[in-house]
Amino acid sequence: MKVAVTGLNNVDSPGPGVPVIRGIKDSGKFEGEIIGLLYDALEPGAYMREVTSRSYLIPYPSSGIESFFDRLAYINSFEKIDVIFPTLDAELFAFSKLSGKLNDLGIKTLVPTMEQLVLRGKDKLFDFCTKNNINAPYNIIASSINDLYALPKELQYPVVIKGIFYDAYVAHNFQEASAYFTKMASKWGLPIIVQEFISGEEYNVVALGDGEGTAIGAVASKKMYITDKGKGWAGVTIMDEELLSISQKIIKALNWRGGAEFEFVKKRDTGEYFLLEINPRFPAWVYLAVGAGQNLPYAALQLALGEKIEPFENYEVGKIFIRYSWDLIVDMKKFEDITVNGVLRND
Amino acid sequence: MSEYKISDNLAVSESGFLFMANSGESFTVNETGRFIINNLKENKSEEEILSLLTNEFDIDIDTAQRDFDEFLTLLRNLKLVEEL
Repeated sequence: MKVAVTGLNNVDSPGPGVPVIRGIKDSGKFEGEIIGLLYDALEPGAYMREVTSRSYLIPYPSSGIESFFDRLAYINSFEKIDVIFPTLDAELFAFSKLSGKLNDLGIKTLVPTMEQLVLRGKDKLFDFCTKNNINAPYNIIASSINDLYALPKELQYPVVIKGIFYDAYVAHNFQEASAYFTKMASKWGLPIIVQEFISGEEYNVVALGDGEGTAIGAVASKKMYITDKGKGWAGVTIMDEELLSISQKIIKALNWRGGAEFEFVKKRDTGEYFLLEINPRFPAWVYLAVGAGQNLPYAALQLALGEKIEPFENYEVGKIFIRYSWDLIVDMKKFEDITVNGVLRND
Repeated sequence: MSEYKISDNLAVSESGFLFMANSGESFTVNETGRFIINNLKENKSEEEILSLLTNEFDIDIDTAQRDFDEFLTLLRNLKLVEEL
């Protein structure tokens, strides 16, 4: 069997590709090869012998979905890929759109539908939560800086200024809010989300939905060490029935298909959970779930292949992940191969 | 005297390391703190714990009461204990 995985970047803001592959290989049931799909010639997962057999450069979906598909079809013409496992936010719309065409080539995927991707979008999340009785910070969608002059009474400073795809800043007054609005609008475009600031501790859940409303697994964690870029470099599994129950409710309400990460904040004064974001793919810390007893990446592979699997029932609480970086030494020839020929071989 | 209940989510190790399973927070306590927590986990009353403290650590009842009150305030603030 051949499984192609994206997101093999493993730098200070790591992609989920390498931990997903480790999970699949750790299952002890996987017989086959892992093929890396790279957007950059220096994605470390491509150079790791124990991670990928061969890797190929692919174009960004934003450069045109036709050329993106053509490149995948070309790689498939000789690799005969069974499953593609996309792991990055920015490529999911493309893979969702192409899932039928890929299936025609014999390539299975487990990705959310376009509708699911839209519903969980930052600009739609508040409406989704309101409809499903899930607490979420109040927000408005601002399409002009003028919207900041007339914030509704629900939005008192501090507020959170969020880009439509990435980035979030806490603004304590109008001056800060307008500065962040301008910065974010020029970087990510409009609209901008102006969100109520909820003070409290953040919690995360990694989960897997089967596309029919069942959560195959869900593991909750708390970050223990956060870098200056806001990335968790250590975290611990926790058990809170309420957190898991809300996560199951989200998967059921969306009929979520594939991996996901739910970001929550526990309001300091009331102890209530508020849903901040739904990330439509496994997080980079997904290997913690594997270590705690829920091999969600391998379960996702099984679902992609159409196998029926039973939901996980529990996991070990108090398991910690500690992330580290490690220098690989490779010959220039490897870099030359991926740069000139678009392929890097570890086999 | 009050009755207290230690959170069901609190795991206490032999070394005095505390882990809250529902929040991921961890703390360390000294021997006296561990002694009080373990007795609270066994549902002992404040009166019983004060008596045990005086015997175990060879202190008078006023010192035991002061240390107990101070420690309980800390536990309450951290939501590790609730008054029944």
